[in-house]
Parts: sequence; C-alpha cells; structure tokens
Amino acid sequence: MDKQQLVVINGNEYPFSPGETILEVARRNSIEIPTLCHLKGTTPTGACRVCVVEVEGARTLLASCATPAANNMIVKTESPRVVTSRKLAIELLLSSGNHNCAARASEGKDWTEFQLNVGKDDDSEELCPVWGNCELQNLAYKYQVKGEKFPITETKYPMETVNPFIVRDFSRCILCGRCVQACNEVQVNNAISFGNRGAATKIVASGDRPLKDSDCVFCGECVQACPVGALVEKDTRYRVRHWETEKVRTTCSYCGVGCQLELHVQDDKIVKVTGVEDAKPNYGSLCVKGRFGFNFVSSPERLTKPLIRKNGELQESEWEEALDLVAKNLKDIKMEHGADSIGVLTSARITNEENYIANKFARAVIKTNNIDHCARL
Amino acid sequence: MAGLAAAFGSGAMTNTIADIGEADVILITGSNTTENHPVLSTVVKRAVKNKGAKLIVVDPRKIKIAGFAHQYLRPNLGSDVAWINGLMHVIIKEDLYDKAFVEERTVDFSSMKEILEKYTPKYTEEVTGIPAQQIIDAARMYAGAERGSILYCMGITQHTTGTDNVKSLANLAMLCGNLGIRGGGVNPLRGQNNVQGACDMGGLPNVFTGYQPVNNEDAIKKMETAWGVTDLNKKVGLKVTEMLPKAHDGELKALYIIGENPMVSDPDLNHAEDCLSRLEFMVVQDIFLTETAKMADVVLPSRCFAEKEGTFSNTERRVQRVRKAVNPPGGAKDDWKITCEIGTRMGYAMAYTDSEAIFNELAKVTPSYGGITYDRIEEEGLHWPCPTTDHPGTPVLHIGKFPIGRGNFHSIDYIPPAEQVDDEYPLYLTTGRVIYHYHTGTMTMKTDGLNEQAPGCFVEISAGDVAKYNLYDGEAVIVSSRRGLLKAEIKVSSKAVDGSIFIPFHFARAAANKLTNAALDPVSGIPEYKVCAVKIEKAA
Ligand code: SF4
Ligand code: SF4
Ligand code: SF4
Ligand code: FES
Repeated sequence: MDKQQLVVINGNEYPFSPGETILEVARRNSIEIPTLCHLKGTTPTGACRVCVVEVEGARTLLASCATPAANNMIVKTESPRVVTSRKLAIELLLSSGNHNCAARASEGKDWTEFQLNVGKDDDSEELCPVWGNCELQNLAYKYQVKGEKFPITETKYPMETVNPFIVRDFSRCILCGRCVQACNEVQVNNAISFGNRGAATKIVASGDRPLKDSDCVFCGECVQACPVGALVEKDTRYRVRHWETEKVRTTCSYCGVGCQLELHVQDDKIVKVTGVEDAKPNYGSLCVKGRFGFNFVSSPERLTKPLIRKNGELQESEWEEALDLVAKNLKDIKMEHGADSIGVLTSARITNEENYIANKFARAVIKTNNIDHCARL
Repeated sequence: MAGLAAAFGSGAMTNTIADIGEADVILITGSNTTENHPVLSTVVKRAVKNKGAKLIVVDPRKIKIAGFAHQYLRPNLGSDVAWINGLMHVIIKEDLYDKAFVEERTVDFSSMKEILEKYTPKYTEEVTGIPAQQIIDAARMYAGAERGSILYCMGITQHTTGTDNVKSLANLAMLCGNLGIRGGGVNPLRGQNNVQGACDMGGLPNVFTGYQPVNNEDAIKKMETAWGVTDLNKKVGLKVTEMLPKAHDGELKALYIIGENPMVSDPDLNHAEDCLSRLEFMVVQDIFLTETAKMADVVLPSRCFAEKEGTFSNTERRVQRVRKAVNPPGGAKDDWKITCEIGTRMGYAMAYTDSEAIFNELAKVTPSYGGITYDRIEEEGLHWPCPTTDHPGTPVLHIGKFPIGRGNFHSIDYIPPAEQVDDEYPLYLTTGRVIYHYHTGTMTMKTDGLNEQAPGCFVEISAGDVAKYNLYDGEAVIVSSRRGLLKAEIKVSSKAVDGSIFIPFHFARAAANKLTNAALDPVSGIPEYKVCAVKIEKAA
C-alpha cells in the first residue's frame, strides 16, 4: 500500500486526498485562511489573491484556493510575507470603489469629510448598506488595513435599481466574480458574466442589459454569494441591520424540493431570507419564490378573526362562537344524513402533524373516509 | 402515485434529489423543471454541465430545460404512452435491455412485449409526431445509461391516461434495470411543499397514515386501539374530484376545507362553484379570504408556515422541520389546534401540548415514520421509510427487492385524449405554472415583486398560429372551450407548438380552469388539466 500522502501546514502534518486544494485541507482541519473570490463547489478563479500562502520552494506566493496540495509540501498560512501581501491585496480592493465604511476611513482625514467625498461619486450618500456584514470590511478589520494608500477609483457605472428584487451597486463591486460563479456554475442560469476589459471591467447581463431584461430569474444566488455590498436585496437596503435580526431555520413552504432556509426576523417581521449553506437538499440555493416571496406572511389581508355568515354576509366573530357553530352543525348533519355526508379537504400546505390530525378527525370523530387534498390537482 | 404503487408497491420518488446528480442519463418529461422545481433543476443542469450527464427532454412545449438537452422530443399532447412504448420497442428489438433485472426482479414481461410489438418507430411517429429517428436515438441513449434517472411531474399525471403514463415510465425504468440503484429511479416531482406529507399522513380517502388501507382489518384494529374508538368506517371515501359532483347531487352536505382553494385550482371552475354553493354547510380554514373562503359559512383564520412548529416531507421523502419565526396576526391559530377544538366539541377529546406530541403519536401508528423524532431531524431531515430509531433512513428505494416482491410490468395501449380538436374548437389548450407564482397565487401574489415579474394571465401561442388566426403579440383575445371562456393577452413564444396554446392557471381573474376538462383518470381521480380543445378569437 502507498504511504499516506501528507502536506505540512504551519508545522503540522495533514493527510489529503488527490486533487484537494491547500485551502480545502486547511479548512477541513480548522486552519483559517481568508478568501474573497472563492465560492465553494465552483472552479477557482484566483482573482482576489487574499488567500495566498507561502509554499517552501515556490518563487511566488500561491493562491491556496487554486493550488492542489502535494506530498511533503510545506505551507505557511500567516507568515510575515503572506500577511504583507494579503494586506496589499485588501488595500487595493478597498480603494477600487466606494468602500466608505470605517475600515476605509483614513488616518488624518475627518471621517465625515471622507464620507462626503466618496458620496459625490455615487448615487448613495449613505454609508454602505452592508456595513457590519461585509467580508471585505471584516478582512480590513482583521488585518488592520486602511484604504488611504491608493487613490479612490471613480465610480464608472450607475447603480441599477430597476428590478423589484436586487440592487446592483457597481461602485462597491470588487470584481471577485463570485456572482458569476454562482449564476453560471451553481444555478446554471447563465445570466451574468465579466464584460468589458481592463479598468472598464464590469459584471454584465448579456448585452449589458438590466437584470430584468436578461435571462436572470431572480434566484438571488448571486446576492447570497456577493461578499460585499454590491448586490443587495432591494427591500433590505437601509432597513435591515443584520445584527438586529434573529435567524430561524425552517423549510420553504412553496414547492416539494423543501429547501432549507433561514428566515431573518426583525421586530417580529420576516425581512430577508437566505438559503442554509452546507445543508441538504439545496446547499444554500433558493429560487425567487423561496427567497423573495415572503411578504404574504405579514400581509394586511391576513385573516385574524373567525368569520361567520350572518344574513348572507361574512361577519367577524369570536373563536368560541365559531367553533361551537362548526361543531354543532357537523354533529347535526352527521346525525341526520350520516357520516359519509361530510367531507374533509386537508392540505398539501400544512404540516404533517396537522394532516395527521385532519385524518384522525375525519376517521375517528366524523367516522368517514371522505378525506382528500388537492395534490392530484 | 397510483401508477407507481401498482408497479413497485410504493408511489413515492424512488431516489433523492442529490442522486439525480449521479445519473449519467436523465430523462425529463411533463415537468417544467426550471419553473416549478427551480432548485432541483440546478442539480440537473450541473450534472449536464459539469459531470457530462446526457439529458433527454420530452415535452409538448419547448421549455427552458430543453435548452440543456442533448435530445429534445416534442410529442403531440396526450401521446405519452405511445412514445414510451416506442422507446421500449426499440430497446427490446435492439436487445439493449437489462435481462438479468427483468428476469430476477419483475413479472409480466412477455405480455408487455406483445403489446409493444406494434410500436415500431414508424407507427410511433404517426401517433406522437416525434420523428422515428429521434425515437430510436432517445431509446439508445436512455438504454445506454448505467444509471438512468426519470423525472416527471403534472405533465404526465394530469391526463385521463395519467396512471397509464406513470406505469409506462415504470415499465421503461424496469426494462433498463434502473431501480434500486443510486442515480436511477422513477421520480415524481411533487408540486406543493407538503404533498408527500399530506399523502403519508392519511390525507387520502383509501388509506390511513403510511398507506395502510382503510379496509384492512389489521389496520383498522390498530387505529381503533391507538385512537380509543370503535366502528371505524371501512368504506373507502370520496376523492376530492368525486366530492364535488356528490355535493352537486346533494349527497354530500358539508365540507371542512383546510388550506385549499378549489375555487381556482379545480378543473371546470364554473361547475365547481355550482357544486360548492349547494352544500348545506361549508367551513374554510385558511390564512386569507380566498375565492373558496368567500363562499363559506364559517371561515377560521390559521397560521402560516413561519408561525408554526412541525414538519414537512419533501418530494424525496425527507422529513424536515418547520419552525416558528414570527407571531401570528391577531387570533390566528395553528391548524391542528383548530381541528382539535372542533373534535373535542364534537365529543372526542383531542388535546396535545405541542406539535412534537402529535408527531410522536403519528410515528407510533406509521411504520415508515416509526424511527423519526424531532431530535433526530434537528439538523438534517431523514428519508422514510425509517422504521426504528437506529435506522438511518432510506434514500434509495427498492434496493434488491420491491415492497410487493417483484415489480409489475403493465401492458398498456395508447388511448387518445378525452377531448379532441374539431372544426369548432381547433386548438389544444394545456395549462401549467410560471416560476414567479405558486399554485393559486394566494401567497405569491402578496409580493409586489413577483407580481411585477408576472403580472397576469397570458396565452402562449406559436408564431405560426398567430399568423394563422390573424392576431398580434399583446393583443387581447377570448379563449373559449365547451365549458367556459376567459380573456387574456397573446404572448408569442418559441416554447409553443403550432396547434397548441398554453395558459398558466394561477390567476383567479382569468382562471384557466374555467376552460379545462373535468374528465378524470379512472384510477387516480386526477383531472385532465393538460389537454382540452379550445378556440381563440379577438376580444371585441
Ligand atoms: S439572481 Fe440568479 S439568475 Fe439572476 S444574476 Fe443572480 S444568480 Fe443569476
Ligand atoms: S457583484 Fe459582488 S460577487 Fe459579483 S463580482 Fe462584484 S463583488 Fe464580486
Ligand atoms: S426555494 Fe424554490 S425550489 Fe426551493 S423549495 Fe422553495 S420554491 Fe422550491
Ligand atoms: S480566494 Fe483564492 S484567489 Fe480569491
């Protein structure tokens, strides 16, 4: 038998399977290497250089997300050389656009003045909408990077707000390409790609059209993948602060795929939905209904009180009266016409527990098997 | 459901969603996968794009997923049995079938073989309109699979021959030995989130939970003991499609409707309204005042999924948790609580501390759920059957053996759809869904964005027919059938075939089901939504 292949990371030996990248081996063993452009399950692009590591014998630093582990490879993930290079990468990204968060603030300059300056280049006068929930900001904080070293790049493209779901703020796009991977390799909707060249590079839908006129189906995979504030759910911008939300994991109530999702709740209201990463069956993916179709929950049209028909009109009533009436009428009809004169339609939308109770009610209380649901429809 | 149960002894999806990604050939038919099961369609698309799987799509409309297909076959509406038989004819004739599987695991192969005799590619082409060569190529491709997966949905079941269609797909899968293996199977994709659960939980007229027949003495005894009652009714009950006519005839006096909106989803709506209005007493329990609720005598407000605890069973038989995230509006109550309170008032005490207590009770009387507990599915759901608490669940059904022992081949001949086009109604109409809405739209239409993307009803028509009937894109038209009419706008689309139009059924204002045919599949009771004859005229 072949000897177990080992890679050495920060002085410790780790086994790996052929093809595994340095990043994968590291993560599997809880060694943290920061990444920005890497999107799990997709082809590495090596775009951001934040994940670089030092490999003994290699002339340059290598992107750990794109470099396969090799036997006896000696890797350092936080050496001074790595840290310097990483800081530079983060600095460059910070100055590539309107990253007006605290991390971008520069020494010497007044914070407000700084904000005003970037505000001019952008439709948005405000602080970045994902402040406190941004991977770039986190890295800048972690590596104590400030953005003043490089001049701010002017914002070249206006914000796109013409669709109902997603705001595309190009001034905050770091061109990491995660959205492109998400759209093309995960959802395979093939709606967006890198367009233009060099300094004019931009993420475009085919023909550089707005998303609503493209092949985009608003699954929102790209929004969930975007590490910064360039792609944000329209409804959450400046309304939702992520640290004020509570996340509750549940199962989507639309189709039979049963995607696992997280409902983000603020003030007893669902304000946002995300897919649960790393969980079957959807591994973080959702569709437009699961991700954006939650407004019905807090709709003012929801029924809040029982209604009873009186003089031909449905009128609000109390629970006691309504329940008594239902029980009495069903009892009377059963007495007079027999159990099989009553039918129960249960539902493919309610829970198993509730369907079980409906089945028990029809069979044990009414004593009829006239129970069905509309699934065949 | 009925079709698969007859073939294998279980009507559920045989394999898992992730499993589809393991297939080397995927056959999709009667499922507009990208629109109706979007996230599942990504598994298919990734298998094709990244893993080199081959995709065959057979559908009367050139739907989006067809753009990923290696072979796209376009059958005439309602000719499914014929093309499936055609495929099997080629597979047998060219000796491409799995002889060991047929011999060891199935019965009635030879009588089916006889029926298939006449389904030569040429004859199949005549009936289905699919060119003979395409039949041959598709047959070779599917039979060439080591792991072939079949996916289907309403496009297969919503016909008067729906049960036959499903049995035919089961035939095809067994013929090629694609059952009981990873990446194989015959996989019905469930439309609504908890169809699987509603069926599993006895929301059917002929079975208790876990498909235990209501006319089986042992099952009756068991339930009577568990529920502390006697004299359970042994007579199989009415299907929803039978309830309405019985209501019409006055035999059914009362209906208790939980979370359903038959006033939009039912075939032949004008008739449905008439039936419901004849009821002596109708109770509707829902989250909105739906079209159906508006007709009720009592309406009871219930909680939606985000306001309750419980479980859903998804299309791959995975039992997953539902958790409360927000408080319900006003006095809305859990559906189970409402039902329990009515039951208690009728003299049978029903009281539970919470949904988990109900789950524990149902697990006790349902062998396939017997080993599932809330604790076990806290992080990740389990696939039933899961009979004991140390059982890992069953992702792939039918490994080594079918629940009924051997699988049944069914000999099925092609029967044309119940309603044919004629001079007066020269176009076929088929109905379905669009991605932005869900079922009758009571939930999705509350999100402005979803409405903006799909604001209203439309009539999808081919460029050829638009020219033929002298219409233009966007024009308002009246579509009528023998049962009713609706007004909508024309949308010219490359998805449509000459001679057939498509209308989504979500929209109450122009409910497509005013036109459709309530002719039913004799076994499953599923109405023929997918085919009926209509005519189209300019709106005055
Ligand atoms: S929303 Fe979905 S389809 Fe649209 S660009 Fe993003 S990933 Fe692509
Ligand atoms: S939009 Fe977001 S995910 Fe896409 S390239 Fe820009 S920063 Fe990356
Ligand atoms: S997110 Fe979309 S695909 Fe997933 S369960 Fe919900 S409706 Fe189905
Ligand atoms: S994460 Fe590796 S290069 Fe961006």
